[in-house]
Parts: sequence; structure tokens; C-alpha cells
Amino acid sequence: MVAFQMSQRRLLFIILVAVALLLPAVVTPFILHVAIMVGLFAYLGSAWNLGCGYTGKLSWGHSAFMGLGAYASTALYMFYAVTPWIGAIAGMIIAAAFGTLVGVICFRLGLKGHYFVIATIALAEILRVTFINWPVVGGAWGLLMPIVRDSLYYFQFHSSRLGYYYIILAMLVAILYLERRIIKSKLGYYFIAIKDDEDMAESLGINAFKYKVIATAISAALTAFGGTFYAQYVLYISPDTVMAVGVSTEILMGAVVGGMATIGGPVVGAAIIHPIMELTRAYVGGRGLDYVVAGLLTVGVAVLRPHGVIGWVEKTFDAFASYLPEVARS
Amino acid sequence: MALLEVRKLTKRFGGLVALDDVSFNVETGEIVGLIGPNGAGKTTLFNCVTGFYEPDSGEIHFDGHNICGLKPHETCLKGIARTFQIVKAFHSMRVMESVTTGALARTGWTQDGEKKALETLGFVGLADKKNVLAGSLTIVDRKRLGLASALATGPKLVLLDEVAAGLNPVEIDDVIRLLRKIRDGGTTLFVVEHVMKLIMPVADRVAVLHHGKKIAEGSPEEVARDEAVIEAYLGRE
Repeated sequence: MVAFQMSQRRLLFIILVAVALLLPAVVTPFILHVAIMVGLFAYLGSAWNLGCGYTGKLSWGHSAFMGLGAYASTALYMFYAVTPWIGAIAGMIIAAAFGTLVGVICFRLGLKGHYFVIATIALAEILRVTFINWPVVGGAWGLLMPIVRDSLYYFQFHSSRLGYYYIILAMLVAILYLERRIIKSKLGYYFIAIKDDEDMAESLGINAFKYKVIATAISAALTAFGGTFYAQYVLYISPDTVMAVGVSTEILMGAVVGGMATIGGPVVGAAIIHPIMELTRAYVGGRGLDYVVAGLLTVGVAVLRPHGVIGWVEKTFDAFASYLPEVARS
Repeated sequence: MALLEVRKLTKRFGGLVALDDVSFNVETGEIVGLIGPNGAGKTTLFNCVTGFYEPDSGEIHFDGHNICGLKPHETCLKGIARTFQIVKAFHSMRVMESVTTGALARTGWTQDGEKKALETLGFVGLADKKNVLAGSLTIVDRKRLGLASALATGPKLVLLDEVAAGLNPVEIDDVIRLLRKIRDGGTTLFVVEHVMKLIMPVADRVAVLHHGKKIAEGSPEEVARDEAVIEAYLGRE
């Protein structure tokens, strides 16, 4: 992992952002759609990674936070004509509150490993079933966002997807910057300490319970913003499309494939999985086949390269770099 | 007043009495040894003092405060640091990051933490390995790292759980020098140890536990001559 220097990483990041900025000039609307989905799930995967990847508390219930964000902004717009941008902030606050509740329940009970995973699925399912049976927000039918003219204020763009593309790109760059700042701060040190060894972390003065709850709340709030974006992009939400276990799976798959607890992991993972899923859906067809393909890929990576693509590349690069001097000497 | 005062401490696990009415003091500036055969309750005592276990009865006073029932992180913030018998490490962190994590107990700024970490690494002699991953260190260095991380929290009292187990004689001499250096720096030490070669030259006082009871206390020489201690270690003839 010593191989990439910091400045090289920064250069790589700047080049990738530049390419992403220019991408719409050369691609078809379909590819742009794929790029938007990659951006969204890179964003959601990063939000998941920040709370779960770094602390090692693997939540399989992040659809709950995404759903809360989507419902908050959509309902606030439909019932009170509040701009989705304000709605997104409301969604983030609600999701952070729910995340705090989830964290307090799970971590007070001392749930670990598989038990924590199952508890997060259960809590997200409770929320989904609650929304299915809540007529005010459309029950199982969900909410259909009224279509208005293209505008940044209303967060809707119909003539071209460019607006959505640049918004998700900005969100992604922002979350990666935030993630880096957090990981380099006391919070980041504490998250990783908790993942590596909770007893040792406690012995060094770390209130593991507090920091796990903080991680969950931050992750929940950021995930909710992704939910708002999804709602504005698809313009239709229902408990089964934004709160289902499948959505949680899609969120965490990117991080697992790309590499958990690395900043680039969820981005690389999303950039691998989502084009494959979208292409499968578009050209092979078959309801659910995209999930089969993505699932196989995820299981394959988890078994063969448990540190994800990033870990694999860095290891290969390190091995190559350490081999070079020997070649030079001989 | 003693820095650490343990009074009539009892800890049970079901029917097993791991600690039975144990009392003793650790004075500021001392190195106190705690010895006893396997299963005597030494680590249990450490876990009670550092908040990992809650005692069934008795009191623990540290620096004038009752610390019974505090959580581990709270005892750390009060000024008690510890190492673990079964060596623990933040395996995905580098040595420097691991020690910085300890230093962050006293500051919110990573720069300050890193400064303290560098100082501490130099102190324990790990400075040249600061960029090595904790997970790829040897056991000896991992123990050193555990100690460095604990010291970085700025403790008044450090509890060491078998620092010398598995070390060769040269390494043991290094550890002895290091422990004296820590004490001379103003930190009190309370050391659980099996290796007599370490405890005899370094400890000012030694307490002996056997089946959860304190059976002897005194200078290393007194304890080594004590009938009850010899019997606990070697058995009755």
C-alpha cells in the first residue's frame, strides 16, 4: 500500500474528475443514464462505507435511510411545495435520528457480526412495512412526483439528463472529500480502531458505543441525500423500490467489490457492477437477471479477493514495485 | 494516599470465585509486581481495575476517585492504561497510527497526537518501524507497540499483563530497562508477570495471588522465601 504516493493519488483523482466532467460530450443518453446510476451508487456506497466499512459494523439496512430521504423530500414537496433541496436536508435529519435509534438499539444490546447484520435488515423491514401500511404517503403504491418544468430549484431535468449527471457528480466529489477529511481526523482513527479491536480501542479511552452511534448517524444522513436524488431522478418512489433489502444489497455491493474501508473502493465497485447490471437489463433482459449477475460477481470477489479490487490492485502494484529494484540490480 | 487502592475486591464467575476479598495498594512512583500460578486471578484483577469486569463487591479507588463500575474508556481517561496478555493490535493500522490513536485520548487534533506518538515511539524504541503495519510486526514489537499506544494516552498508572512472556533473555533485559525508564518518567507501574527474571530485579513490591486470594506481599526477596508462595508454585511435599 506504500506504492501510490499521495500526490499521485491526488493527480489520479483530478484526472478522473476531469474525465467525468467531459464525459457527457461524447456519450449517448443511455450511457449517460448508466453513468448517473454509477455515480448514485458510488455516492451511496461511500456513505455506507463511511459508517460501516471503516467501523466494521456491516449494516444491511441502509435502504431504510435511503427511503427516509426519498420520502421526506418527495412528501414535503407534494404536500407543502417545499423545494427538494430543503426536503433533502429534512430527510438527512430524520435519517440521522433513525440511524441514532438503530445504533443505540443494536449497540446497547451489544449486537455483533451476523446478529448486527440481521438486526439492521429487520429494522429496515419494519420501516418498509410501516410505509406500506401508511396511507398518507401512498401506502404500497408509493408516491408519484408531479412533473414540473426543468429547474434546479425543483430538482427536475427532463429535456436532458445533464442536470442530474452534474448534480450526482458534485455530490460524489463532495462525499469523497468529506470522507477523506473524516478519515484523517480523530473520528477516522477511532472508527478504524473500533473495527480492528474494540477492547483495545476501549483501553485507549475510546467510547466505542458513542463512536459507533456517531458513525451510523453520519452514514444515515448522507445515505438519505442519495435517496432524495433517486426520488428526483426516477420521480417515483414506493416502499419496495427504495426501502427493500435488495436496495441495501445494491448499496453495499459496490463497497464489497471495490474494497471496504478505502476511499476509492465504493466508486470502483459501483463502476464495475452498475454498468454490468444496466447492460444485462438492457440487452439480455429478464427480470432479476441483473441481480443474479451482480450477486455472482459480489460473491466471487468476497471469496477470491476479500479486500476488494482496490486491495488486489494495490497488492499487485506493491509486489511489482518491490520486484523492480531486483530487476534493476540483476 | 495510595494511587491505586483495592479494598476487599471479590469477583465471581458463576460458582468460581476468581477474586476473593483481595486488598492492596499501589503507591505513586512504584513498580508493583503481581504474581501467581495460572488461574490465580491476576488478569481478572486487571480487568476489574480497568473496567472490563464489574466486581461483585469491594471498592477500587484511583487517584482519590472511586472507579468501581466505570467503563474501560472511562478508566483510561482517569489515567489508567493497560496492555493485554493476549497481544492485541490494530492490525490494519501502521505503528504510527496506532500510537496516535492512543494519544488522541488527550487531544482532538491529529497533529498533536502525531507529535506525542513520535515522542512515545522514540521512548520505547520503535521509531524506526513507525510506517510498518501493526499486523506484520513480530510478537515482541507488537508488545512494544501495545505499550507505546497505552503510554501515549498519558497515564498515571500503567497495568502490564505479561510483557515478558515469550521473550529471550536479551529482550527481557531491554524490557527491564524500559520499565525503569517509564517509572523514572513519573508513571507508576503495576505488572502481572510469570517471568521471575523480570519481576525480581524490577519490582519494589510484589503481591502474590493464589486461587483468587492474596497469600503474600512484600519485597521480591521476602516473597521468594515465603512458605505459602513456594507451596502455591511447587505444591506441598
